[in-house]
Amino acid sequence: MVRVALPFHLRNLAHVEGDVLVEVAAPVTVRTVLDALEARYPMLRGTIREYETGNRRPFLRFFACAEDWSLESVDRELPAAVAKGEEPLIVLGSIAGG
Amino acid sequence: MSGVRVLVGTRKGAFVLTADGRRKDWTVEGPFFAGWEIYHMKGSLADPNRIYVSQTSGWFGQLLQRSDDGGKTWHQPGLSNEAIPPPGPPKALPNRFVYDTSAETGKPLTTHMWYDGTQHPWEFKRVWHLEPSLTEADTVYAGVEDAALFRSTDGGENWKEVSSLRGHGTGPKWQPGAGGMGLHTIILDPSNPKRIYIAISAAGAFRTDDGGATWKPINKGLKSQYIPDPNAEIGHCVHHVAMNPSRPDVLFMQKHWDVMRSDDAGDNWKEVSGNLPTDFGFAIDVHSHEPETLYVVPIKSDSEHFPLDGKLRVYRSRTGGNEWEPLAKGLPEKNCYVNVLRDAMAVDRLDDCGVYFGTTGGQVYVSADSGDSWAPIVHDLPAVLSVEVQTLN
Repeated sequence: MVRVALPFHLRNLAHVEGDVLVEVAAPVTVRTVLDALEARYPMLRGTIREYETGNRRPFLRFFACAEDWSLESVDRELPAAVAKGEEPLIVLGSIAGG
Repeated sequence: MSGVRVLVGTRKGAFVLTADGRRKDWTVEGPFFAGWEIYHMKGSLADPNRIYVSQTSGWFGQLLQRSDDGGKTWHQPGLSNEAIPPPGPPKALPNRFVYDTSAETGKPLTTHMWYDGTQHPWEFKRVWHLEPSLTEADTVYAGVEDAALFRSTDGGENWKEVSSLRGHGTGPKWQPGAGGMGLHTIILDPSNPKRIYIAISAAGAFRTDDGGATWKPINKGLKSQYIPDPNAEIGHCVHHVAMNPSRPDVLFMQKHWDVMRSDDAGDNWKEVSGNLPTDFGFAIDVHSHEPETLYVVPIKSDSEHFPLDGKLRVYRSRTGGNEWEPLAKGLPEKNCYVNVLRDAMAVDRLDDCGVYFGTTGGQVYVSADSGDSWAPIVHDLPAVLSVEVQTLN
C-alpha cells in the first residue's frame, strides 16, 4: 500500500484524517499513485491534476523522501520507500496568496 | 408561514441566512466549505430545496456542490462521501468543465484577446455563475471563466458546453475584464424557454432565441470610451444585467460606467444614468413587483472601487431609470469603503419586496420595505462575492 499525505482541504473533501493508503500496482509512479487515489476518492478528481491536460495544478507540488518531484516525469518510478509505504508521497499546497 | 433563505457566497465559505417574512430575526448557518471561495450559489425555482454552489480555489480548482434539503447538507453531485466507488469509469464528473471541441457538437478552440492585445489560449479557471432552470430542478447552467456557457441536465453530475456561444464568431475579439474573462450573467426568459441572455466581462451581452443553437451580440447603443469604434459590436465591459420576470423584454444593465436600459430584449440600449452621482458600479436589480423600480450601488470610479465620500448608498429609481433617489437609512454614513460586487444583490418575492446586498467588507444588508430602510443581517463575514435569496412559502 502506498501512503499519500494530502493538504488540509483535500483531506476534508475526502473525509479522511491523516495520510491515506491506496493500493498501487507496479510501477509506482506519481501518475499511478494519483490514478489510484482518484479511483478510491473520486471527489479528488480535478483538484490535484487538471482535467484537460492531466498536469499538476500550478499551486500544488509533489514531494517524496525529502525531494521535490514536482518537475519530474509523472512516469518516473518513485523511491522504493514510497512504493513500500514507508514514506508518503506528499501533495503540498504552496504557501501563497494568504 | 412565508420566509426567506439568503444564500451568501464569500471568499472563505458559504453562509445561509434564514428568517420569516418579517425579515428581522435571522439564523446564520455556516461557513460551509470553509476556506474556499464561493463565487455563487443559487436555488432552483422548480425545487426550493435544491441549491447549487460554485466552490473554487486557486490551489485546488473548481468543485460543484449541491443541496437537496435546503442547505442543511451538501454533496458533490453524483459522488458518495462514504462508499467505496464501484470500479470502472466514473459516471459523474461534477467539476469537469472542458470546452467542447468535438466534431459532433463542439467548436474549435480558438484564442481570445489578452490584456495586451495579443491572442491567448482559452483556459478554464472557475464557475462564476450558476443559473438553475426555471422549470426543471436537474437542469442548471454555468457561466465560466474563460467565458463559456455550460449546461447540466442531471443535477450537476456532468456538464456539457453550449459551444455555439464561444464559437459563434466574435470570440477571438473577446478580452478579459480586470477580474478575468468571466461569463457572469445568465438570464432565462420565463415566457420563452428558448431565449437566454448572457453577459461577459468584457465582451458584452449576447442572446440566443433558439435554445443556444445560435447567438448574437446585443450591444447596440452601448458606448465605452476605451473602444475607438462607437459602433463596436463587442468589447463592452458589461458588469451585470437584471430583468423582472413579468417583463422579459425589458433589461437593465450596469456597465463599466453607465446604467443602461433596453425595451426590446437587448436589440437596442439607451442610457438611464440620469442624476446618479456616479454611474460606475457592479450590482443592479429590479423590484419583484414593480418592474420600473431599479436598484444600483454607485461606486466612485473604475480606479476607486468604493462609495462616494465614504457613504454607502443604494440608489433607487421608480421610473425605470433617469430619476434616482439615494437610500441611506440604516447604511453607514461615514468611513465606509467597501464594494458591492456584481452578483451580490438580490430581491425576494414577498409582498413587501425585500432587497438584499452584500459587501466586500463582509456585511449583508436587508431592506424589508423596498429600500426605504436597511439593517445589517451580519457584518463580519469574509468578503461577500454573491447574494441570492429564495422566497419560501
